[in-house]
Amino acid sequence: MTTSPAVPRTKTSVNNPRPSPQWWLALAGAVLLIASAFLSWCYVPALLGDLSIDAFPGGLQILMIIVAVLAIFFLVLRSGRMPSMDTLLDSAKALKALSATAVAFMVLVAIVIALQAPGLANANPGLFVGIVGAALMLAGSWQMASDPLVDPITVRLPGWVEILVIVVMMAIILFGAAYALGQEDGTVFCLFLVFLGGVVAALARGGLFSWISVIAARHRQVLMMGALAVAFLFPFTQNGSDANMSIATQVLIFATTALGLNIVVGLAGLLDLGYIAFLGAGAYVSAMMSHSAFAHIGWKPPFIVVVIIGAIVSSILGLIIGSPTLRVSGDYLAIVTLAFGEIFRLTVNNLDGNNGPRLTNGPNGIPGIPDLEFGAFNFGDTHTVLGIPLGRFANYYFLMLIVAGFIILVFTRLNNSRIGRGWVAIREDEKAAEAMGVNTFGLKLFAFAGGAFLAGMAGTIKAHQDVSVTPDQYIFLESAFLLAAIVLGGMGSVAGVLVGATVLKLLPEKLRFVADYRLLIFGLLLVVMMRFRPEGLVPSRRRALEFHADDQELADRVEEVHLEIAADPDTAEAKA
Amino acid sequence: MSTQTLQQPAPPKFGAPVLEASGVVMRFGGLTAVNNVNLTVREGEIMGLIGPNGAGKTTFFNCLTGMYKPTEGEVKFQGAVLPPKPRAVVKAGMARTFQNIRLFGNMTALENVMVGRYCRTNALAFTSIIRGPKYHREEAESRRIAQELLDFVGLGHTSEHLARNLPYGDQRRLEIARALATDPKLILLDEPTAGMNPKETEQAKDLIFRIRDKGLAVVVIEHDMRFIFSLCDRVHCLVRGETLIEGSPHEVQSDHRVIEAYIGQPDEDEEELVAEAHAHDHETPPTAPTAPASPASDLTKEDRA
Repeated sequence: MTTSPAVPRTKTSVNNPRPSPQWWLALAGAVLLIASAFLSWCYVPALLGDLSIDAFPGGLQILMIIVAVLAIFFLVLRSGRMPSMDTLLDSAKALKALSATAVAFMVLVAIVIALQAPGLANANPGLFVGIVGAALMLAGSWQMASDPLVDPITVRLPGWVEILVIVVMMAIILFGAAYALGQEDGTVFCLFLVFLGGVVAALARGGLFSWISVIAARHRQVLMMGALAVAFLFPFTQNGSDANMSIATQVLIFATTALGLNIVVGLAGLLDLGYIAFLGAGAYVSAMMSHSAFAHIGWKPPFIVVVIIGAIVSSILGLIIGSPTLRVSGDYLAIVTLAFGEIFRLTVNNLDGNNGPRLTNGPNGIPGIPDLEFGAFNFGDTHTVLGIPLGRFANYYFLMLIVAGFIILVFTRLNNSRIGRGWVAIREDEKAAEAMGVNTFGLKLFAFAGGAFLAGMAGTIKAHQDVSVTPDQYIFLESAFLLAAIVLGGMGSVAGVLVGATVLKLLPEKLRFVADYRLLIFGLLLVVMMRFRPEGLVPSRRRALEFHADDQELADRVEEVHLEIAADPDTAEAKA
Repeated sequence: MSTQTLQQPAPPKFGAPVLEASGVVMRFGGLTAVNNVNLTVREGEIMGLIGPNGAGKTTFFNCLTGMYKPTEGEVKFQGAVLPPKPRAVVKAGMARTFQNIRLFGNMTALENVMVGRYCRTNALAFTSIIRGPKYHREEAESRRIAQELLDFVGLGHTSEHLARNLPYGDQRRLEIARALATDPKLILLDEPTAGMNPKETEQAKDLIFRIRDKGLAVVVIEHDMRFIFSLCDRVHCLVRGETLIEGSPHEVQSDHRVIEAYIGQPDEDEEELVAEAHAHDHETPPTAPTAPASPASDLTKEDRA
């Protein structure tokens, strides 16, 4: 590792003369935690994915091993063995967060055993060893002082190391996603979330993510390729499990739609509360032109034509809604789109032949839409690739992945173009943008109709994946969730929307109790987000700045990173 | 550069009229903000627009640039009547800056100027997504022009800095660069030196001369009388929405009504102002602090406060 010469390396030996007693305490705690994972935690094999076997760590116990290994890694950093790494990561903060996670996790396991076993009498000594270990870690790390850090942007690793970091990160994401989806037990899934949240928080506090974000900014292409590879490889980890692939496909459809909406909301800054109607328009077009026995349009063009027709119908609807409303201020658009969503729902509910043309079968919708067929490739069949069966949902998953890739391409390219600059200008100061010759109305209308176009496209595929199309799939609540995914993840950010959509769609699927209270939970979540992190979990640089107009520190920081990246010969080439 | 302004502007020195505003009236309900103002600006001319606060200078600017639709009267640009739409006005070749800086703070300086190129480029959605050679050529061209303009206003080194992180004076210059990026024939500057120190003011004056030398016509709103009288070829004074006087700086600054309008009473202040402005014409070191006791410069400070 090379640090820039401007940064003096002062602290290598100064701060760490000899490991302190606290250090030994924390180390002992971590070792105990690992040891506990090899002991039985509980007599009841049916509980928490079987923690009853000695010397053979079960799922949850492996999570604690990961926590302990991470803790030991940070402890080694503190001992001064890896001085350059030590100045990059804040080991004290990371250790505190890791220990707190371990304690919370162990206590939760104990509570679950007490409630479900039932009774703490069913706990084995391993559990208590683990609790003691976690407590020791916390006690040891509590008083640790943070060391001064170097700025990650001044650190240059060899290019291949940085790329390796991205690849490893992607592999971890793939593995984690496969593991999370594989958890059938809601309680285990919850505990996994506690673990995940804790570890992510620890690494974030340790400064790992600010470092990774710098690396990611340097290697944007690699990151995109990596993400695509992960998404592509995901079905191969599922071994033909239709249940999981069905969830994954739904998440992907949701995320793809949210990405389209993010062009409208995140880039152009328009509040669209009826976006789901555009998805519905595409889906209905697709259903009506399908070979379903209930489809009332006689013309059955090839699917690719249907996709284009669905997209165009959606965008025409977008133009009709947008052209009168986009001339006035933003609030009106929100109201009109809200109404449009309802109009769409009521219209498809009534186009049943009684109150108008017989197109949609009213509330019954159009069922029995056959699977897509491209030549000899039927999307309903299971295909075996490299010995791994890929079922119906996996087929649609891959198709949606192509659509998502297309939308991401459109999103990023538009964002970094003349049009994208126009959108930013409109968001920042519409009057000034107009006075500088930006066609504000045209750009807003384009974003609105373009977003509708992409939603219509996704809708045509969704119809086939869902088998049936009914009005109650396309209600206001769905629009609200799409918007929530964007707000949660980060406006104007591709990664953010993917995260937001995954959280919002996956949680109710895996946790039934979340599904029952999901409105309450998401409402609270959004309130908390608005208060503490209005720019979203993974915000775009520009949006973060917009939400923190007074934060000079942030502005300086963003500029510093930008200058560093701009001055970098590698990325400068990529830009040109 | 102050020697340039000493020459009395002989009318044939300037080219054809670029901007002809005739009988412009702007009413907001019962309030007449601009009343029957005529203004002609010729090629290569620097026109000053002065007047006490609330005289309707900025409103008049807004009428010229299509931000407002004048209640009566018409604005002709290069012989054609302009539609009251800012975008069409910019496209026709008239750009402006704002009294209170309206940069796109979260964009870099370069991006701000590139937004100014918007109306002179035409990459549409499809082109931007496919990104053929034509797109890359246009983008590179925008980038090059923007960088040149930043160099021109003296901000070349800050091209990748966020606009909101720039110092105040630089932000004003960036606004000018952004306006110049629209390839204007006429640029309207609304208080380009507000909040600047004397050195920056001097630089701004130099910049405006250089803009004029590129062949642009310039209209400047300012309260700083020294600045206006040493910069402009002609000065137009508005009071309560009406034209008080238009003429050479010499004529305007010796007109007692102008001083009356600013100060309210015709007494010895008049002579002082005239004397002071004359003194300034002969020499002012660029870094010299503003002389305190002159009524005109005191006035500007109060006005800004």
